[in-house]
Amino acid sequence: MTPAHHLDHSTILAYAAGTLDEAIGLVVASHLAWCPQCRTAVRAAEALGGGLLDQLPAAAVSENCRARTMAMLQGASLHRFPAPAVADAAVPGPLARLLSVANLDDLPWKKKAPGVAMYDFKLSPTAKGQVKLLRIGPGRAVPEHGHGGEEVTLILGGAYRDHIGRFGRGDVADLDEDIEHKPVAEAGEDCICLVAIERPTRFKSIAARLMQPLVGI
Amino acid sequence: MVVFSDDTTGLKPVIYRRGAHVSFRTMGNSVMLVAAMTTAEQRSKQDKVILEAEFRSLMERVAQNRDRAAFEKLFTHFAPRLKSFIMRKNANAELAEDLVQEAMIAVWKKAGLYQPGRGSVSTWIFTIGRNLRIDRIRREVSMPLVELGDYDEASDDPPGDEVLARKQEDSLVSKALGGIPEEQRQILLLSFVEDMAQSEIATRLNIPLGTVKSRMRLAYGHLRRILEIQP
Repeated sequence: MTPAHHLDHSTILAYAAGTLDEAIGLVVASHLAWCPQCRTAVRAAEALGGGLLDQLPAAAVSENCRARTMAMLQGASLHRFPAPAVADAAVPGPLARLLSVANLDDLPWKKKAPGVAMYDFKLSPTAKGQVKLLRIGPGRAVPEHGHGGEEVTLILGGAYRDHIGRFGRGDVADLDEDIEHKPVAEAGEDCICLVAIERPTRFKSIAARLMQPLVGI
Repeated sequence: MVVFSDDTTGLKPVIYRRGAHVSFRTMGNSVMLVAAMTTAEQRSKQDKVILEAEFRSLMERVAQNRDRAAFEKLFTHFAPRLKSFIMRKNANAELAEDLVQEAMIAVWKKAGLYQPGRGSVSTWIFTIGRNLRIDRIRREVSMPLVELGDYDEASDDPPGDEVLARKQEDSLVSKALGGIPEEQRQILLLSFVEDMAQSEIATRLNIPLGTVKSRMRLAYGHLRRILEIQP
């Protein structure tokens, strides 16, 4: 798979530094499982981490720590090589680990509006953001909305279009908080999106705002 | 001052280790470029490259021969840096040493997973320390990670020249870090070393979140040009 829309470079750096929130991190990790280009970018960003580690002042390590570590080597066997992950799996690995079903159709989807269904993930109580699956019927629109905070969306199936372009399977929309958009699912099949948001999205029109508790994005 | 190698010259002198010798592999006019460097600059770049070559060979001995002496050399260099890295987030020296021990045992166990073509030893050890910090210190916020190596395919593999170029990655990365403006470097430190989220950095420095992000983008763009990563 070679996605056309990629992660923002500031997101790549934050991921490499290990500082993303659980919600955004899940969507980012899921995109990485599918995107060789962003994996290369993360490796480069991690090299910055390596460079910074090199430049840190050395903190004295006790002789005891060294001795304990050396003593533990005897019992520590070589890590087995992992089975290669399936790069084009129907559901990316990091997401699949959170699901108890193999097929997204089998999730307990909740109808939120005509043609729009949603599934909420349970994250740790301390996660700042939320992660949802959104299933948008063919030709259906999600009301125009801005993002009071971060929003990162990964397309798992189907496609949608907005003023930025076409987003299909594997593409990620890593949007700044000041971008407003109105995605419309393409005709033909449902568009299934994995969406992480750090703060509740605000809709523009009153009708849409009334819908917000329904859609909840 | 002579620029060692960057995107504007398109020259890429690659220094690598063959057995015990360090030799120069040249591309285009890079021999002239290397010759034009001041001796001190050249020596420091070479030291860096030799150091990295040494780490790679130690890693190989650990992975293939379970060589304890090689491991102890890695410990001597990296354990104090890992401790410093871990203590940035958690001031407790005792816990830091427990985590250093855990990280170094992971180096011993996972040595066979280290792929020289995909980055320096320092970078690999940084990711071990980072993952440990996510798992063990910041329990309250767990960031999902993918094991990048699990997804490597033949088609992902960098071409031979690139693998050789990676062997001087360390000196290029330190060049990148040395060449960025202080305000970008500060944000990298807060992010990678102090373990602060973008929003926390914005609050700490009293600047808009958008500024934090644009400085991160600039810093990454600078690195990308120096490492010649597309796009």
